[in-house]
Order: sequence, then C-alpha cells, then structure tokens
Amino acid sequence: MLKKITTAASVIALCALAACGSGSGGAGSGTGNGSSGDTITMGFAQVGAESGWRTANTKSIQDEAKAAGIDLKFSDAQQKQENQIKAIRSYIQQKVDVIAFSPVVETGWDTVLLEAKRANIPVILTDRAIDSDDTSLYKTFLGSDFVEEGRKAGDWLVQNVNGPTNVVELQGTTGAAPAIDRKKGFEEKIAAKPDIKVVASQTGDFTRSGGKQVMEAFLKSQPKIDVVYAHNDDMGLGAIEAIKAAGKVPGKDIKIITVDAVKDGMTALANGEINFIVECNPLLGKQLMELAKKVVKGEEVPARVVTVEGTFTQEQAKAALPQRQY
Amino acid sequence: MKNRLLWPILALVALLLLNLVVTPSFFALRIQDGHLYGGLVDVLKNGAPTLLIAIGMTLVIATRGIDLSVGAVAAIAAAVTCVHIGTSPDAGTALAGMAIALVLCAALGLWNGFLVAGLGIQPIIATLVLMTAGRGIAMLVTEGQIITVNNDAYRQVGAGFVVLPVSILISLAVLGLVALTTRKTALGMLIEAVGVNPEASRLAGVRSRTIIWTVYVFAAVCAGIAGLMISSNVSAADANSNGLWIEMDAILAVVIGGTSLAGGRYSLTGTLLGSLIIQTLTTTVYTIGVAAEVTLVFKAVVVITVCLIQSPKARAALSFRKVAVS
Repeated sequence: MLKKITTAASVIALCALAACGSGSGGAGSGTGNGSSGDTITMGFAQVGAESGWRTANTKSIQDEAKAAGIDLKFSDAQQKQENQIKAIRSYIQQKVDVIAFSPVVETGWDTVLLEAKRANIPVILTDRAIDSDDTSLYKTFLGSDFVEEGRKAGDWLVQNVNGPTNVVELQGTTGAAPAIDRKKGFEEKIAAKPDIKVVASQTGDFTRSGGKQVMEAFLKSQPKIDVVYAHNDDMGLGAIEAIKAAGKVPGKDIKIITVDAVKDGMTALANGEINFIVECNPLLGKQLMELAKKVVKGEEVPARVVTVEGTFTQEQAKAALPQRQY
Repeated sequence: MKNRLLWPILALVALLLLNLVVTPSFFALRIQDGHLYGGLVDVLKNGAPTLLIAIGMTLVIATRGIDLSVGAVAAIAAAVTCVHIGTSPDAGTALAGMAIALVLCAALGLWNGFLVAGLGIQPIIATLVLMTAGRGIAMLVTEGQIITVNNDAYRQVGAGFVVLPVSILISLAVLGLVALTTRKTALGMLIEAVGVNPEASRLAGVRSRTIIWTVYVFAAVCAGIAGLMISSNVSAADANSNGLWIEMDAILAVVIGGTSLAGGRYSLTGTLLGSLIIQTLTTTVYTIGVAAEVTLVFKAVVVITVCLIQSPKARAALSFRKVAVS
C-alpha cells in the first residue's frame, strides 16, 4: 500500500514538473504564423532570471522590441539547455523571422541550429558564444568583450597610481570565459608599468561570500595591499566587508576596481567605497533589434558585434545612479 | 576512542604547521576594534556554518541516514530572512525574520523525516528531493535576485564579535548542548542503536521512527542557522550560491572525524576536528597562494591523504612495505 502511495506521489510530482517545463518553454506558443505582413517576428530564448543583470537584459530586449515594432516571442529556459532547445524548436515551427538566444552552455547546439538553418531562419547569439566548428549556424554574435573590460580596468589603474603598487585579484569562477578574459586584459595593460604587481590572485567564484573569505585571507598573508581588482561587483562588495573588518577604509587605504556595474556596486561606488567600475552592459536590446532588422532584410552583418559599454568613476556613478535600471 | 581521534588531530596540526612555515603571519593575533583579529579567527568564523551543519549531519549519519538537502535549506533560511528584513534597519524585524525562517526550516526537516521515517524512502533519495527543489524555492522567494540588507542586528549573527566571532560561539554552544543531551542521557545510545539496526531497536522498544524524525528536524534547523550565518556575513541573500555544496563539506567533516557512514557509533569531537580541518584547508589555500587552477587538486590530495592515514588497512600496507624494504 505504502509503495503504491509513493509511486502515485512521484508520478504526480513528475507531471507537475513537466507542466512547469512546458509552461515556460512554450511562453510564445499559441500565436500562429508570425511572418505574415511587414512586421518582423523574433523568437528569443533567454537563459533565466538568475541575477539583476539578467533581469535588466530581459527588460531591455522586451522594451526595445516594442519600440522597434518587432513582434517578440519570449521564453525563459530556467538555466536548462533542454528548455532552450525546446523553445527554439517551437520558434522554428511557428516560422518566426529571426531567432535570438543566450546559450546556457557552450556546446550541444549544432542539431537544433541546423534545423533553423534548413528552415531558413537566421540566428543571432546574444551575450554568450557557442563552441561549434560550423560558424554558418548563426549570423552574428552580439555581446560584451570581456578582454576589453579587463583592459579598461588595467588602463585606469596604470593612469591613477604612482610608485610601487601591490594588487590582489579576485577571480571569477575558474574556467569561466569572463574570468579568463578579464584576467588576461588586465594583465596586458598593467605590464606597461613594472611598478604594478599582482601579489596574489585567487578565485572567489563570483560570489560575495567567496570574495570576502579570500580577501580576509589576503589581508593576513600580504603585508601590503594597495589595490583590489575583482572580476565582478559582488566579490568586490565582499572584499569591502573584509577590509572594513580589518580596520581599514575601502576606497581610501585600499583602492577597489570591479566589473559589471550592477546597482549594489554602483551604490558602493557613489559612496566612495569602490573607486572604479567597468561596465558590462546588459542593455543590448537596441543593438539586437537593429541587427535583427538587417539580418531579416538579408543585409551582411559582422560576425561579431561588441555591446556599447562604458566605465564609471565615483562622480559619474553619483550622477548615473538615479536613472540606473538594474 | 582516543586512538580514533589521533589521526584527525595530526592532520590538523600538519596543516597548521604548513601555514607556520609558509606564512607565519597566519598566526598573528591582535585586537582590532575590540575583537580578536587574525588568520585563526577567520578559520573559526568561516568554519562555523560547516561545523553547525556537520553536527546535525553527525546525528543523521549515526541513524544510518544522510541529509543532502542542508545546503538548499540554508539558502531558503537566508532568502526568507533577507526578504522579510527588506530595507528595515530594525532589530525586531531581523529577529522576526530569523524566527520565521527557522520555523520554516523545522517544517522542511519534518518533510525529510516524513519521507525517510514515514514512507521508508532511502535517505539519499528522500533528501535529494529537497536538495533540488529547495534551491528553486529559495530562488522563488528572492525572485532570482541577490537581496542586500542593511541591518546591524542581523549582521551580528555572521559577522559580529563578542571577542570571538558570534557565529563560532553559536556553533560551539550547539555542539555543547548536543554533547550534553546525547551523552549524559540515553538519547545518544538510542540514536546509535537505531543506526546499527532500526528493526531490532524497534522490537527492543526504542521509538526508531520518532528518533529518525527528530534528527532530520534538528539537522534542518542547524542548516537554517548556518544559512543565516552565511548570508549575514555579507549582509545579502544569494539563492544561487548560499550554502552551495556545503552538504558535501559537512559529510566530509563527519567522515574525517571518524563517524562511519554505515551508522551507529558517532563522534562529536571528531566532527569538530573534521570541520576545522576542512576550513583550515580552504583558508590555507588562500593564504599560501595556491593557484586558482590547482586549488581543487590540492584540496583533493590533502583529503585523500587524511582519509588514507585513517584507514587501518592503508596504514598496515604502508608499514608492511617499510618493513619489506628494510
């Protein structure tokens, strides 16, 4: 008897899960053929809603689609590749004019993208690249240049410090593209000034707790730290807590450079606890819509389009903070 | 008993010696803003959540069970509390939030206990349900965002000091309490009896089910408090990363401490040592400057070595070889 109940319970649970999956995957289903008439129909398969950055990314795409008069079919994959593939297949069946998506992972896209290619639907990658030998599977990749972000951080440091400078680096998740590239770009630039030395570098996994724990250890093992370079705002915010607990003043005794410019980071920058933030811009909706229009018309587009990104000093952060969307 | 703890103690001493040789400043202690400050204090503060979860895990493992859901439960506790606090700087709101979170955690423990003791599902499967679903619940509570709070009362739990870090004081208090209630009463013996043979102990008049149920609730509450420590340490709840993989650290701590996964005899002192070894290892990696890429390999080598020297067979094989060579 007990066994029967358990089986029944698990069947119900499975059904519920399946229902969740199809609910999110088919967010755009129900509307018929979208390619009729002049309006462009775009199918967009988003990764999920894991951070403020991602939410802003989604909002930008939805708003800009409306402004550009593009009919947007949007789905949220909840961090799962199978949901994204499902969504892309449903867009192919609905014969949308263009498909755009942020791939959850780098590999495993060849089959579904080949289906899109056979159906003559152009594909645009946003924010993240895929790892495939066949570059004809997508028209273009629109996203940040992480190496350039690292270079911008390095540039600022080279211009704003004098004399011997000891830098500690809080890396992102080991092996992640942003972590590798932001480290590379930064090192490229500071090589110009031999006075600047990275004395310790360790991963903080892109999290606040990680950043804080690593920084606490650095503060004990390194006799002199002048600058913290964190691969994202969150680790920088963790480092601020550690620096305060050590009785030092973040932003003054130890300068802090981070990448991302999310709201919490910008607030700390405006308060003087961070010195410089390199933006990693999620608001790529406008560029995406322009690309989509060109691609649908059959115009040539560059295979790689870099998002427009800026940098923020403390004064700029104070000015920009009130209008910040994320 | 004493012999069993000898090897974990040696491992901990060896790790500390490594620090003494490479970075003597690791042992430097000073008073900073009225509390102790130094590498050893960091080990205690950052090890407190793992220790607390490992205490709960010890009792669960002693009943021949295992609880994989503790990390997710920690994330839920953090999420619920931070969402409840919101922007309030009020101590009362923080206390209320923590109380709500812990009651919820107890309910989640009841659910685990129901699956294991009530329905007789294998513990590893039963708690896997909540391990997966729990993070989803935490994401739902925070709406996928990192919730930052600014509440001094809440900050005390994970980042506060009464000479020593508040978090380690809480964990040690719980450890003392558990030691008293299980070793000074028959409870400990009953737990071990259930672990050795649940059916025989039931026939002997032990309420196996109630005991199993109780240890899962206790483990969940411990996980909840640990979650509060983790998020309070950085004044933010991050449903994605709070308590991620901490169940593995806790299980490892229990095993290093000499408690058998087959249930039965358990050692709380061993668990304390195990937790300290794991945190010392993490902090050591940061202080002696192991490169981020080889961090996991370094940890693996240490853990494997510790496990091997604890195995009588491995020790016998090693000493046999020595004899053979000479």
